[in-house]
Amino acid sequence: MIRLAGVTKSFGSQRVLNALDLEIPSEEITVILGRSGSGKSVILKHIIGLMTPDSGKIYINDKDITRLNERELNEVRKQFGMLFQDAALFDSMTVGENVAFPLVEHTRLPKKEIQRIVEEKLRQVGLPGVAEKMPSELSGGMRKRAGLARAIALDPKIILFDEPITGLDPIMSDAIDDLIVNTQRQTRATCVVISHDIASTFKIAHNIAMLYEGQIIEFGSPEAIRNSSHPFIRQFIKREAPGWNAGP
Amino acid sequence: MAMMNFFEYAGRPFVGILEEFGRVMLLFLSAAVWAFRPPFRLRQVFKQMEAVGVNSLPVVLITAVSSGMVLALQSYYGFRMFGGESLVGATVALSMTREIGPVFTALMVTGRAGSAMAAEIGTMRVKEQIDALYAMSVNPVQFLVMPRVLAGMVTLPVLTVVSDFIGIVGGYFVGGQLLGINSGVFMARIYEMLDLNDIFNGLIKAVCFGLILSVVSCYKGFYTTGGAEGVGRAATQAVVISTVSIFISDFFLTAVMF
Ligand SMILES: Nc1ncnc2c1ncn2[C@@H]1O[C@H](COP(=O)(O)OP(=O)(O)OP(=O)(O)O)[C@@H](O)[C@H]1O
Ligand SMILES: [Mg+2]
Repeated sequence: MIRLAGVTKSFGSQRVLNALDLEIPSEEITVILGRSGSGKSVILKHIIGLMTPDSGKIYINDKDITRLNERELNEVRKQFGMLFQDAALFDSMTVGENVAFPLVEHTRLPKKEIQRIVEEKLRQVGLPGVAEKMPSELSGGMRKRAGLARAIALDPKIILFDEPITGLDPIMSDAIDDLIVNTQRQTRATCVVISHDIASTFKIAHNIAMLYEGQIIEFGSPEAIRNSSHPFIRQFIKREAPGWNAGP
Repeated sequence: MAMMNFFEYAGRPFVGILEEFGRVMLLFLSAAVWAFRPPFRLRQVFKQMEAVGVNSLPVVLITAVSSGMVLALQSYYGFRMFGGESLVGATVALSMTREIGPVFTALMVTGRAGSAMAAEIGTMRVKEQIDALYAMSVNPVQFLVMPRVLAGMVTLPVLTVVSDFIGIVGGYFVGGQLLGINSGVFMARIYEMLDLNDIFNGLIKAVCFGLILSVVSCYKGFYTTGGAEGVGRAATQAVVISTVSIFISDFFLTAVMF
C-alpha cells in the first residue's frame, strides 16, 4: 500500500501540494486525474522519492520513505517501475539497451534471456524490431511506449505511469490500456496511472483520485466518481456543470 | 551601516564562489567514493576514455606540433643574438614538458571533451534522465560522473606525453631542418638539460588538470537548470571555469614543483 499523509510541497511561493492525503490500495489500478499543472507528476515523484515533501510523510508498505537514506531508498525503489511523462529514455543508448537497462543493473540473467525479455516487452508495446534504433529516431508516441517497456521490464511490484497514452492515436491508446490492465492482472502489481483521458480512465481504473488545488478532493470507484456532485468533478468528467468557474 | 552594506555587497560574489567550490569538491568526493563501490562500471570508464582520449588526439597533436615549431622559431631569434642557437632544442624540450604540453593539452581537452561532458549530463538532467537513473536505483554520480573523472585523470597524462614528444619533434624539424642548427648538438643539449623530473612533474600537472576539467564540467552539467538554454549555458561555463581553474592551479603547481 502507498500512503501520502499531509504532504505539502511548494516551489518558491507556489504551493503545489497542500496537506495532501492519499491512500493507494495494493494490487489495484488507481488513476489520478487533475488539470494540467495541478501537480500530478509531482505526486509520482514524491512516491518514488525523487522529490521530498516540505512536510508530511510518504509510506510505501508502512515504511516512511522520507526518512530513509539513499541506500535504503534504493532498496525500496527496486520494487518500482516508472514511466516518465517524456519517457526519459537515455539518448546515448539504443532502444533495446534502454529496455534492458533495469535487467542488466538488477538481475544476473544471461544475455540471451535479457534479449528475449526485451524483444517480448517491445512487442507488447507494439514496437517490434526497433531495438537497434536510437531514441532520437523514434516519434514521441513511440518513445513513450519504449519507456513503458522499460518500466515494466522487471515486472515490478509497483508501477507508476505518467500519462501513458497521451500523444498516442486512439487505436494505440486502446492497446496500451489493455497492456496496463493485463500486466496488472498477471503480476498483481500496484499501478498508479496519471491520465487526462476520461474514457480510458473509466476503462482501466479500480479507483480514481481527483486532484484539485493541491488536495485529493475525491477518491473512489469509477462509479462513485461518475456520480459525484462536486462541481469541479462534474465539469471534468462530463464537461458540464454550467456556471462553474474552473479557475485560472 | 552603509559600510556594512558595502562589505556585504562586495563580499557576496566571493562567498558565492566559495560555496560553489565547496559543491564541486563534494561532487568530486562523492565520485571518489563511488569509484570503489561495485559495480565498477568499467564499460562506462572505457567509453569515456575513448571520448576524452582518442577523440581529443587530433587537436592535441596539431596544437603540440605547432607550439613546438613556434617555440623553436622564437627562441632561435632570441638566442642568435648572443650565439646560443644550440640551446633551442633544450628550450623547446623544457617548455614543452613543463608547461606547454600539460597546459595546452588540458585546454584542448576542455574545449573538446569538457564542454561535451557538461552538455551531455546537462541534457540528461533537463530531460529527466538523471531522475530516471535514480528511479531505477542507479546512482548517477557513479554511472555518469565517476567514469568521466577517472577518464580525465588517466587520459590527460597520456595525451600530454604524446604532446611533449610531438612538440619536440616539431621543434627539431624547425631547428634542425629549417634553421640549420646541428641536429646532433640539438639533441645533445636536450639530453643534457632535460631531466626526467621535468617530464614527470608535467604529468602530475596533467593528472590535476584532467581532474579539474572533468569534475568542473560534470558539476556544471549535473546541476543544469532551465532547459535547452541551460544546457548551452552549462557547456560554456564548464569551459570558462575549467580554463581559469587550470591556469590558477598551474601557477601553484609550478611554484611547488620547480
Ligand atoms: N522541479 C520543479 N521546479 C519548480 N516548479 C515545478 C517543478 N516541478 C513542477 N513544478 C511546478 O509544479 C506544478 C505542477 O507540476 P506537475 O508537473 O506536477 O503538473 P502535472 O499535473 O503533471 O501537469 P501535466 O498534466 O501538464 O503534466 C507546475 O505548476 C510546475 O510549474
Ligand atoms: Mg505531468
